[in-house]
Amino acid sequence: MYRAKITVTLRKSILDPQGKAVEQSIHSLGYGTVENVRIGKFIELTVDTKSREEAERLTNDVCRKLLANPVMEDFSFVVEEED
Amino acid sequence: MGKVKFGIVVFPGSNCDHDSQYVAGHVMEQEARLIWHKESSLGDVDVVILPGGFAHGDYLRCGAIARFSPIMKDVVRFANNGGAVLGICNGFQVLTEAGLLPGVLLRNSSLRFICRYVNVRVENNATMFTAACRKGDVLEIPVAHGDGNFFAEEETVQKLVDNNQIVFKYCTKEGDVSDEANPNGSRLNIAGIINEAGNVLGLMPHPERAADPVLRHTDGQAIFQSIIQSFLGVDATREPILLERR
Repeated sequence: MYRAKITVTLRKSILDPQGKAVEQSIHSLGYGTVENVRIGKFIELTVDTKSREEAERLTNDVCRKLLANPVMEDFSFVVEEED
Repeated sequence: MGKVKFGIVVFPGSNCDHDSQYVAGHVMEQEARLIWHKESSLGDVDVVILPGGFAHGDYLRCGAIARFSPIMKDVVRFANNGGAVLGICNGFQVLTEAGLLPGVLLRNSSLRFICRYVNVRVENNATMFTAACRKGDVLEIPVAHGDGNFFAEEETVQKLVDNNQIVFKYCTKEGDVSDEANPNGSRLNIAGIINEAGNVLGLMPHPERAADPVLRHTDGQAIFQSIIQSFLGVDATREPILLERR
């Protein structure tokens, strides 16, 4: 069993108004050195495969087909062994 | 005279399905049937409408889960065989997720849900969805969305321009396409696009919400009337639909 931890973010070229709004809010808290706030999604899932390679391939497929839309999003993930 | 057969897909969370059926069936006096998303076949239809709403709660991304509803296999097959598909609002989002239209609808640049009348200019009237309009006509139709900000890569947008695939643009009452008339930050004020083959249209405004004379706004009829004309001929026009309002 493997646990995949997936991060989906808006592509760099896409303006993230939500991130901008949060950034302004952070600034108004007095943290003027905080910049480039980007908001994304975190998704976890378990895959029942024998090998890590298989788990990674499967996770990659699921990300590509459903969890991220390549027109606007990038994804990355790590796969960890789970008991 | 025959009637055009509209099939309106109902996803869990669709909320403009009955409005679309009412306008197609009652106001425009055609055949209109609801099709549950778990069906595997559209059956005998001329036009498929993917209605507005929040299919599957818009979880993950707008349209991302609806795109894998069982009926969508047949919608894609129908579209690829040249069948007429109209995606309204959430339906537009489903069409982009399904790859039947390019681009994506991002969160409104204001981060606000917008629910009000807007003006859109007909950029291309050589489509089966706008044949009853003149180029440059300004239609007053409401929008109601949180994610209507059309985005695509520059080369994709250029292709849309070059192929005349931009059908509607947000504009002022006078028909000026300007930043101030852009409610959501859409590239080039895009409110609606058509696929290259000319049989799949997606738009954010809701023509079905501006079609019943009881509501005083009837510009949305232009789109339904165009479809009907395209199937049944111009004689099917019951009365001039674009009244001179201004």
